[in-house]
Amino acid sequence: MSYFLVLLVFGLWSGTIYALVALGYTMVYGVLKLINFAHGDVMMVGTYVGYATALQWKARGATGRAWTPGMGQVLTIFFVSMALCAVLGWLVERFAYRPLREKPKLTALITAIGISFVISYGFQMEVGFLPGPAPRAFPPLLKETTWLSLRGGEVTLSNIQVISFAVALGLMAALQWLVFKTRFGRAMRAVSFDHRTAALLGIPVDRVIAGTFMIGSALAAGAGLLFALKDSQVDPLMGTQQGLKAFVAAVIGGIGNVPGAVVGALLLGVVEQLVVGYAASSWRDAVAFGFLIVVLLLRPEGLFGRVTAEKV
Amino acid sequence: MGPPALRGVLPVLLACAGLAVLQLLLGGLPFFVTLASMVGINVILAVSLNVVNGMTGQFSIGHAGFMAVGAYAAARVSMLLNEVAISGLPEAVSNQVLYAVALLAGGVAAAACGFVVGLPSLRLRGDYLAIVTLGFGEIVRVVIQNTPPQTSPGFWAMGGSLGLTDIPSGRSSLFSTWLWAFLVVLVARRIAESSHGRSLTAIREDEVAAEAMGVNTTAYKVRAFVVSSFFAGVAGGLFAHFYETISPGSFTYVRSMEIVVMVVAGGLGSTTGSIVAAVFLTLLPEGLRSGFLALGGQAAAQVAEQVRMPIYGVLLVVLMLARPQGLFGTRELWHRRKAKGAAP
Repeated sequence: MSYFLVLLVFGLWSGTIYALVALGYTMVYGVLKLINFAHGDVMMVGTYVGYATALQWKARGATGRAWTPGMGQVLTIFFVSMALCAVLGWLVERFAYRPLREKPKLTALITAIGISFVISYGFQMEVGFLPGPAPRAFPPLLKETTWLSLRGGEVTLSNIQVISFAVALGLMAALQWLVFKTRFGRAMRAVSFDHRTAALLGIPVDRVIAGTFMIGSALAAGAGLLFALKDSQVDPLMGTQQGLKAFVAAVIGGIGNVPGAVVGALLLGVVEQLVVGYAASSWRDAVAFGFLIVVLLLRPEGLFGRVTAEKV
Repeated sequence: MGPPALRGVLPVLLACAGLAVLQLLLGGLPFFVTLASMVGINVILAVSLNVVNGMTGQFSIGHAGFMAVGAYAAARVSMLLNEVAISGLPEAVSNQVLYAVALLAGGVAAAACGFVVGLPSLRLRGDYLAIVTLGFGEIVRVVIQNTPPQTSPGFWAMGGSLGLTDIPSGRSSLFSTWLWAFLVVLVARRIAESSHGRSLTAIREDEVAAEAMGVNTTAYKVRAFVVSSFFAGVAGGLFAHFYETISPGSFTYVRSMEIVVMVVAGGLGSTTGSIVAAVFLTLLPEGLRSGFLALGGQAAAQVAEQVRMPIYGVLLVVLMLARPQGLFGTRELWHRRKAKGAAP
């Protein structure tokens, strides 16, 4: 039983990180009907930005002593990487996707795959500031301590886990507020419903779509940093793996649906951990896709998606 | 073009004769054989993927998965038949017959997978299909990684993540690789020009309209998928016997994407385009590597290897922005030019 609880805690923890990435996929899909394959790679870039920022401080600190960042520094790291990723998301949208918006959907999908290749393999080159293919150790931003222990220490919750949960939940709540309570959110929902009519009604469609990309990318950067806290390393291909799984989570929940993405991600995280715990970790990567195929066959619109009839 | 009875086999016979001459003349040049085999295998992969992605308009990004199934099935069949010799035939001939059997087994195994994957998932549209095929490729790789080592008994000893290294050697030849490449082009061309191909084109252009016209879209899509995965499986078998060692690392998502880049660059729907792009994109990295090696030595050659994938990405983006129809669009080399003023 306590083994199950341990797995559950780990599953929910990795699930919250998938959820933050999945939200970006689901928002972009809701607005553009495009699988933004580059989203996971934007997350990877965000993590590297955080890594580089942390290294700056670490290098400046006194030598010989372990560097422990203060709260302000941690927040700055999050802020810098989220802001830079928002810019990156805007650039990708502006120069790669916007020119293709009226073209067949397949061209945009192929472009997205191309962008993903450029970013993830570009980061594997060892030229200039690019980091090369080797994984790097991410400096610990927080000192891990146990906050809660159950069943005589068999099941523990560390501060990193609790903070990750809290940050993820906070960001999700903020997003929910943004989508349903603000002018921008209403515009977003209108564009998602029918972007031509929205444009006719005076909604600045380009700006709304750009804004969606920026928010999604910033969330991805946050997720990347939380992931780095968990795994304490970064490598150029982390985005592809995490991104694909987050996308799977979004599809399971019903793509285009914000709460669906969160539920799908938590579910995926837990199922993955259960497989790792009770079967073998080598099967871990097959789980997400097997789960996806089963869901798509039984309920192609996802758990929370709406069935849409095709009109001709 | 000769008597009707010969029309089906004549091109194949001619190709056999031509390839046999080629094999005799150039079979002794290792560098040429290596390049030509790589090109041949990629041509098979690109042309077969084009049947699904180009002609039918379904977007599959899991071709490496089918290739892996074919490669492993063919390799295992070859390994099991290694001690067998067909009586009454010289050893070399017997080996070639067994090689053909292994390749067919690889193709059939991949085609069966294509059927199993295709039947339910081809009801899904566009993006969803893409992600399911991607998932299939990943699942195949993970399943292979979890198989027992190759020394253990039984057919399913696929070597896990270390791969198979005991594949019988000396069977791969220019002749067989290019004969299969020729066959896939022939099949693709005949499909495109048949009523079957017209139905596939109808599905590509407008699925709902095709269905309204009485085209059984699911059946046609599944058939296209099966043909495509059969040849991907054969290409996998050729790949396995050419390199004589395979591991799950050879059949990743990246491999699938390389094939997609070839098809898209050549022009979705054009077999000619797929061939040209496959030849060019196979020779380009080799050329870059040799060029950099000559100019700046080993370090520069490594840079050439590193820039390959980012260049593919840039190529995809630039193509989509500047020329989304690819090199050839949907045209073919063998289409006669329409006379001016003729009814379309």
